[in-house]
Amino acid sequence: MFKRQSGFLLLLFVMLAVGPADVWGASKNDLFHLGHVATPEEIQAWDIDVAPDGEGLPAGSGTVAEGERVYARHCAGCHGATGAEGPSPKLVGGQWTLASAHPVKTVGSYWPYATTLFDYIYRAMPFVAPQSLTPHQVYAVTAWILFQNGLLDKDTVLDRETLPKVRMLHRAGFVPDPRPDVNQLGSIMIDQP
Amino acid sequence: MADKNGKSTPDEREPGVLSRDVSVTTRPKEPPTRRAFLTGATSMLGVAAAHVLLAPFLGHAADVQDDPTRVPGALATEYGRRSPFERAKRLARPQRSRTPLQDLHGIITPSALHFERHHNGVPLIDPAKHRLLVHGLVERPLLFTIAELKRFPSTSRLAFVECSGNSGKEWKGPKGKTVQEIYGLTSTSEWTGVRLSTVLAEAGLTPGATWTLAEGSDAATMTRSLPLDRILDEALLCYAQNGEPLRPEQGYPLRLLVPGYEGNACIKWLRRLKLVSSPVMTREETSKYTDLMPDGTARQFTFDMDAKSVITAPSGGQRLKKTGYVEIRGLAWSGRGRVEKVEVSVDGGKNWQTARLQAPILPKCHTRFCLGWWWDGGEAVLQSRCIDETGYRQPTRQELVEVRGTNSYYHYNAIQSWQIDEEGNVSNVQV
Repeated sequence: MFKRQSGFLLLLFVMLAVGPADVWGASKNDLFHLGHVATPEEIQAWDIDVAPDGEGLPAGSGTVAEGERVYARHCAGCHGATGAEGPSPKLVGGQWTLASAHPVKTVGSYWPYATTLFDYIYRAMPFVAPQSLTPHQVYAVTAWILFQNGLLDKDTVLDRETLPKVRMLHRAGFVPDPRPDVNQLGSIMIDQP
Repeated sequence: MADKNGKSTPDEREPGVLSRDVSVTTRPKEPPTRRAFLTGATSMLGVAAAHVLLAPFLGHAADVQDDPTRVPGALATEYGRRSPFERAKRLARPQRSRTPLQDLHGIITPSALHFERHHNGVPLIDPAKHRLLVHGLVERPLLFTIAELKRFPSTSRLAFVECSGNSGKEWKGPKGKTVQEIYGLTSTSEWTGVRLSTVLAEAGLTPGATWTLAEGSDAATMTRSLPLDRILDEALLCYAQNGEPLRPEQGYPLRLLVPGYEGNACIKWLRRLKLVSSPVMTREETSKYTDLMPDGTARQFTFDMDAKSVITAPSGGQRLKKTGYVEIRGLAWSGRGRVEKVEVSVDGGKNWQTARLQAPILPKCHTRFCLGWWWDGGEAVLQSRCIDETGYRQPTRQELVEVRGTNSYYHYNAIQSWQIDEEGNVSNVQV
């Protein structure tokens, strides 16, 4: 009995010394020592995402005029001459259609953050040659698409300072998930028409 | 699947497997003569020795026999394949393919028939070169090889994965014809890997790490932000599916699985986890996988897959050839837990009967339901509705549209109606 109690006290002491289990259910001592510490270079090679506050945006800049040329050469084939035609997702137009019977979701009408446009083009476009554009080209074509949507003046130079400041039309239009929003019952419904 | 005469062949990837006995429309491969067989056999070396010795004594093993008890059968093979009589296949489009739910039994989707959805093709990745990077708000940014990830304590579970766009065209009316076309973007597998929480503990979370960005190594470098407090209990980093390494189209060599979440959140070809304090707001979680409501607002981070069910037989495009007994069969599932109950109506929702649930009944998995029915040759409208363990009942179309309108595209889970006419033809209707 004494032994069991002292064992419990010892366990309690160890638990207090180690501290509470972390949120993921393992204590800090519960490691397997697998993997190796990534170097800054290894991280940098893949760390391309861009957050809404601009964190992650690379150096460089681009103008609407430059973007027009980049777009014509690399994008217009799929997205149309002005960005509104398609056949790939429409990039331009559709403002004030979201509550209508035929909403047109574009960068201008729907996208809440301008940084997302840079992030996506930089990582995944052009479709046939992803990651082939330089940061300079991506700033430029981002500027052109925003300009086409009336979200940017023709003379604005887009860079890591100015891009996160672009105000998007639908910025306040996103709401958290309220589901279950239909038929959540307190108890199981049985054989009712 | 058609020969030059436009007639169906057994399986174009397995030519000549059937003899003329069953495949009258194809030119059968002549059975090898004994001399040819021996000549070929004696040129084989080493591992084929058993075949060499046995060959002269074998019948036409790959041919279909009138009486298979009188001819020795085929020899053992290294990697099995299905009977050439079986032809269930995915409905493939360039960026997606749909599971033939109407042809399957039980709850497991064979790996080769698991639906696909990718955003710029399926990469072919050498597992020896693949790495997972865990960085951001961590104490130690770490790189793992696949071999290292396999050394962690393994865990396994069954779970469905469903694209949140599954049946999405039905918001606009009864658009699809078959259950495969409408509902084929859902499948169930056994998934094996290491718990996400185990790997994150290895790197050590720092204060403020509340979300993780998950990134794939495909040509879309697919990225989604996921809330840690909601996924840590169940999320897995998977390297295996149904007992063998993941199929390339399922993320080989590594994918994320968040049971019950929309498929897009379960990043395939996973190469990076970046711990962050708020969502990165990627293209997929802003402009794509968000649900537009009638008032012009859009719901964001709608991860959970609501309870859903569909009758897979009889289903759209099929035909009941005879009156009499029909077992109505289908699948039900919920991203919030177990299926508690499935009810079936044969009169368009006026009366409901409780279907039999076929074991196993597992949380966040397809669950098979069945109900015996006598078809009298008259018109009927078959429906099923799922009730999950949270008490949620799958809504009628009217109930769903009343709340969400018809423009949200994703997360359509209304009760499906199949109409049977007096000829026995089954078609998709909305009642």
